[in-house]
Amino acid sequence: MNGPQDLGGRMGFGPIDPEADEPVFHADWERRALGVTLCCGALGAWNIDESRHVRESLHPADYYASSYYEIWIKALETLLVRHGLVTRQELQTGNAGDKAPKGLKPLAARDVSAVLARGGPCDREITAPARFRVGDRVMVRNINPAHHTRIPGYAKDKTGIVEEVAGTYVFPDDNAHGKGENPQWLYRIVMQGTDLWGADSDAALRVSIDAWESYLEPA
Amino acid sequence: MTNSRDHEHDNNLDEMTARVRALETLLSEKGLIDPAAIDAIVDTYENKVGPRNGASVVARAWCDPQFADWLRKDATQAIASLGFTGRQGEHMRAVFNTPEVHNMVVCTLCSCYPWTVLGLPPVWYKSPPYRSRAVMDPRSVLEEFGVKLSQDVNIRVWDSTAELRYLVVPMRPDGTDDMNETQLSALITRDSMIGTGVVELQQ
Repeated sequence: MNGPQDLGGRMGFGPIDPEADEPVFHADWERRALGVTLCCGALGAWNIDESRHVRESLHPADYYASSYYEIWIKALETLLVRHGLVTRQELQTGNAGDKAPKGLKPLAARDVSAVLARGGPCDREITAPARFRVGDRVMVRNINPAHHTRIPGYAKDKTGIVEEVAGTYVFPDDNAHGKGENPQWLYRIVMQGTDLWGADSDAALRVSIDAWESYLEPA
Repeated sequence: MTNSRDHEHDNNLDEMTARVRALETLLSEKGLIDPAAIDAIVDTYENKVGPRNGASVVARAWCDPQFADWLRKDATQAIASLGFTGRQGEHMRAVFNTPEVHNMVVCTLCSCYPWTVLGLPPVWYKSPPYRSRAVMDPRSVLEEFGVKLSQDVNIRVWDSTAELRYLVVPMRPDGTDDMNETQLSALITRDSMIGTGVVELQQ
């Protein structure tokens, strides 16, 4: 979906204003928000693609008015209700009902370092050969699915060169919606800045995106 | 705290403190989370995993051409050999600055960032101004960070739209031939490994 998250090339957001000596967290609730989000993710009831989709599905006004950890918490509440781990009523009252979710084991403190060090690799073996090769000229398809996708809007209908055939990875468009991992080949596509932003733009700029095979067609 | 709009959102302390505390309490009562695990996660990213990891990778690459070559060909394994593996660093790529090309990394669609080598991303990296402008007008972005590149330097922006995570290997500054890996590592900033900074020899 080309929702509020699809920010590349939008104007009007103002200066970047980097903070000198920025702390890792700006408030204690941010520490807890990170931890709660990762602990709930470790329950395995959803995957990272679904998490991203819930975050980008916030109403644009809400998304832009929220700090990043606020977005995380709002999305986490939605995920918990969607997957039956808590009810809306429990969220509203703060009181746990007596229905306990089954078969879910909370992440234990002693397992945290091992779980973080293992991460969640999403490369998967497939038998299909890669359709494109390094040096091929490709076009990013102009498709506008209402579901989760990782095609940035600014790259649609633009041509570029395959720089790397990067392996085979879980396809987020399907995985975000419980349709399976359906891994595909992933490519890095390099585009000229002037092809993206017009003849008046920076001629010394090149931009790359990482694109799954079904996002691409020969050019 | 600055007065920027982005940081103002972080000032809603009371509301968010209450909301997150209520959620943590609820999930804990339901047996879905262990608050001690949250403490361990926070400790990891506040005290253990951060840009010093990436700085040691870059310093090694500056001092050891074989390691640099490995980093170029298989960044995930080369970085793992220094003990940095896991969440948001599962599939790494290292991109090397040269006198001709300056590299800069962004995630226009969310906040993808190489946690294993840089820790958690700063607020500006996750916020709309950087995410919107980095791919369109990176030279003006760099100027905001105090980096003025010559017009004949090409800029390459890497938009992290999949699960590959990018570490910029900045150029080693002149005048550092006598420095060892530890001394070099101390020069290397987080921003230089995102590509919004360059490494300079401090006076």
